[in-house]
Amino acid sequence: MASAPHIAVIGGGSTGIGIARDLSMRGLDVTLLEQGNLTHGTTGRMHGLLHSGGRYAVSDQASARECIEENRVLRDIAGHCVEMTGGLFVKRPEDSEEYFQEKLEGCRACDIPAEVVSASEARAMEPHLAKDIDKAISVPDGAVDPFRLVAANAASASEHGARIETHSTVEDLIVEDEEVVGVEVEHASGAGERVHGTEGGREEIRADYVVNATGAWAGRIGDMAGVDVEVRPSKGVMTIMNTRQVDTVINRCRPKGDADIVVPHETTCILGTTDEEVEDPEDYPEEQWEVDMMLETLTELVPMLEEARTIRSFWGVRPLYEPPNVGSDDPTDITRDYFLLDHAERDGLEGMTSIVGGKLTTYRMMGEEISDHVCEQFGIDAECRTADVPLPGSEDFSVLRDYMDEFGLRSPIGRRSVERLGSRADEVLKTDGPNPTVCACEGVTRAEIQDAIGQSGSDLNAVRIRTRSSMGNCQGGFCCHRMANELHDEYDEATTRAAWDELLEERWRGQRHALWGEQLSQAMLNYALHATTQNRDNDPADGDPVDFAAFDDGVEPADGSPRGGVATDGGEYCGD
Amino acid sequence: MAIESDVLVIGGGLAGLTSALASARVGADTRLVSYKQSTLRNASGLVDVLGYTPAGEGPLTDPYAAIPSLPTEHPYRTVGVERIREALSLFDEVVPNYRGGHTDTNALVPTHGGTIKPTARYPAGASAGLASDGRDVLLVGLESMVDFDAPHAAAHLEAAGVPFDVRGVTIRFPGDLRADAKVTRYAKLLDTNGDVAVRGRNRPVREALAERVNAELDGEARVGFPAILGDDDTAGVRAALSDALGAAVFEVPMGPPSLPGLRLEDALFDALDRAGGRFETGNPVVDSDGEGRIERVYIEKNGARIPNSADQYVLATGGLVGKGVDSDRGRVYEPIFDCHVPHADDRYEWFEGEAFGDHDFARFGVRTDEDLRPVGGDGSVEFDNLRAAGSVLGGYDFAAEKSGSGVSISTGYAAGRRAAQEAQ
Repeated sequence: MASAPHIAVIGGGSTGIGIARDLSMRGLDVTLLEQGNLTHGTTGRMHGLLHSGGRYAVSDQASARECIEENRVLRDIAGHCVEMTGGLFVKRPEDSEEYFQEKLEGCRACDIPAEVVSASEARAMEPHLAKDIDKAISVPDGAVDPFRLVAANAASASEHGARIETHSTVEDLIVEDEEVVGVEVEHASGAGERVHGTEGGREEIRADYVVNATGAWAGRIGDMAGVDVEVRPSKGVMTIMNTRQVDTVINRCRPKGDADIVVPHETTCILGTTDEEVEDPEDYPEEQWEVDMMLETLTELVPMLEEARTIRSFWGVRPLYEPPNVGSDDPTDITRDYFLLDHAERDGLEGMTSIVGGKLTTYRMMGEEISDHVCEQFGIDAECRTADVPLPGSEDFSVLRDYMDEFGLRSPIGRRSVERLGSRADEVLKTDGPNPTVCACEGVTRAEIQDAIGQSGSDLNAVRIRTRSSMGNCQGGFCCHRMANELHDEYDEATTRAAWDELLEERWRGQRHALWGEQLSQAMLNYALHATTQNRDNDPADGDPVDFAAFDDGVEPADGSPRGGVATDGGEYCGD
Repeated sequence: MAIESDVLVIGGGLAGLTSALASARVGADTRLVSYKQSTLRNASGLVDVLGYTPAGEGPLTDPYAAIPSLPTEHPYRTVGVERIREALSLFDEVVPNYRGGHTDTNALVPTHGGTIKPTARYPAGASAGLASDGRDVLLVGLESMVDFDAPHAAAHLEAAGVPFDVRGVTIRFPGDLRADAKVTRYAKLLDTNGDVAVRGRNRPVREALAERVNAELDGEARVGFPAILGDDDTAGVRAALSDALGAAVFEVPMGPPSLPGLRLEDALFDALDRAGGRFETGNPVVDSDGEGRIERVYIEKNGARIPNSADQYVLATGGLVGKGVDSDRGRVYEPIFDCHVPHADDRYEWFEGEAFGDHDFARFGVRTDEDLRPVGGDGSVEFDNLRAAGSVLGGYDFAAEKSGSGVSISTGYAAGRRAAQEAQ
């Protein structure tokens, strides 16, 4: 063993990246492996709720307590990723009074600040709530940007020496004498940042310990070493609206149910969700009834949703786990708690622990617990500091002043940039050249795009999740080519073209579930801009060679006579 | 009493304007009403006829040769090749600053994304940029203009195999324009040749711009700029730059807001004015009376419903983008007259899985008889005196085929002529 043990963490979601940050801050040598982009799995596909714990206050009080504790921690360490919107549990006349009281008592028992508000008070807070609601409970729910949170954790882990490999799939575990001693990795484009067109390759990474933090994919990693990890993936839909119909998280106050939450998120609202067990976390049906249910059921709480414009829908897969002896039939009954499975104790396989279950709000706590466990394996006594040391971007909030003058940015673009970047704003926005807006819907400037390209290689989807560029109402119609233009500064044309096409396809996928009314009109406009004006669908650089000599070269015949067409006044109806 | 005319055209895009022109020019009393900004501001300003077949063959050298083999529901099959030629001749006459009428052969125009687009007509300002011209090109981008990255476009054109050397440079526009300045701001400054401050000294902008480009020019015979070279006096701006550079100057068409599209809209409104057509913009048609024959339509103006009646009507309200075709979760419809729009019941059949798939939605629109009159699901004519033109028509995918302008102009022409003929 070298001076510090080398830990391979598999999975670049919030859990894996939280573990990588924690272990590297404790001085361990960390390599993190992610098959796609950071947040590729479940983390990038959630509703963005920073739980107060209220949702679990009746059914799962242990989870509820963890949530409120971590809710407070994240406000401290990740202020630039969190928006404290507050939340309401809204009771309609048909919802049970008994449950309402249980919810209130549950919150109080879990140390979650909770107050009853009358219907008129609730409607004063959120004027678009239905007129016939009974009352509500207010709780400190919030919104969290999972992409920004994970990117900040990755930056911190890198600062502490961790190696972060995206687009690197673990193909096998290396097992010797009933001990996991490393992983076999397939890099999509060579080690380091992803660059399109760069040849990938296989790498054997030896590790003193392996942490399986792959969520819904944990069973697959387990299989590679012959151990069972019984994750029960459960899908849920999230439907994104074009604007913030509400500024507070709106929960329906009733026992478990589909379509019971609206989370305001940046410029949008996210409606959620369904809960259906699926076999394969990568291949499951995305169904129309799920989108329809979001709009129809949540209209009972916020009537204007019926006529509002949705811009896309996406699905995520919860990595639910329950201990083998429980046997719930319905996925909504499965606990949302997390479990640490030490395969030495459980299966007689040394060198690896899996962490399963859990939720984004408690990602840091999960990282702390598993990091304690890993340190214990090596007799290392190092204190966890992740709850105290702010993430990059959240160190110093005095920078959240008006940057408009200083960077020549127009409000609200300046304000939004600074909110996203937090204390990194100075470093990112101070550029020599002009700093025009690239994505007008989300107010993202060139400097932010360039900063993100610096972090993520030639992958424009990685740039997108770091900046929110192309994630607004137009869904990339007006800015995908601009993002490609920014990429071309550093990467060659063929690399840029591959990244551009990949971004267009990704943007298309989620919009398919919102194609009616305004968004169908938008989709047709985008299609026309990309296919007609840019001819992206018949790019000669991708296709057969063009015989340029066979086309008009602009030279008109010397006598000026037209070769084709008829004289203007030659029609038989001509009257002038 | 209702406002009356022989022909009432609803819609102020390429189809509506051509339709009103065709009608007014044969002497019919013609009115055009339009609601929102026309979609021409989104359009490149190129006038394409047919660049690719529905099966994706192309780029086609001769658009007319492919038309008889198009599917029968295609609007080009309804109007026929001769009408298309007549319509383009009308276009050539009334919009004199366009080129391409000297040949049936398509031209390939470089796009701001660095590909090439087949088109039948192009603004004079784009003519020096054609990809079949063998002279070397310098593309000039502006540091603060994110829509056009000249080195990127140049590298892309090279990958497309263009028969000339092409290089891209990025310069800072002289003067102190804000990073987010609109294209019209550049155009106005160039139109007026206003002074800009360069190193503490005021100089006319055309001269200052040419000087910056000259510093980069390395013998190229052609210089391409993003489409910002003036609005009212685009020929003057080009000529001045061309003189100062000793090279031909052209514009690369851009996305919205597109100056070439807006210039085309202005030219067509001017032509309609000259032809004696009347027009009124900014108010929507919200309702109509009549069974089997339209008696009047209602235009909403300052909250009041104003009846407008005509002998003949042309529906040129646009497609999904212009809201001449609309939809909700359950259906696709034509909002003014509720003309039948064929579509699958299941909205998940309206699109394909890939961004550039063979989307049903791209072909949404009304179907017509051979006289361009919308027909119902059973094939019968919905209204005796209503014809449809442009993107409100279905049965073709203008984006994939590169046929949007050609369909609008030819069906607009045909509908306008027929309406005028019927009214007289």
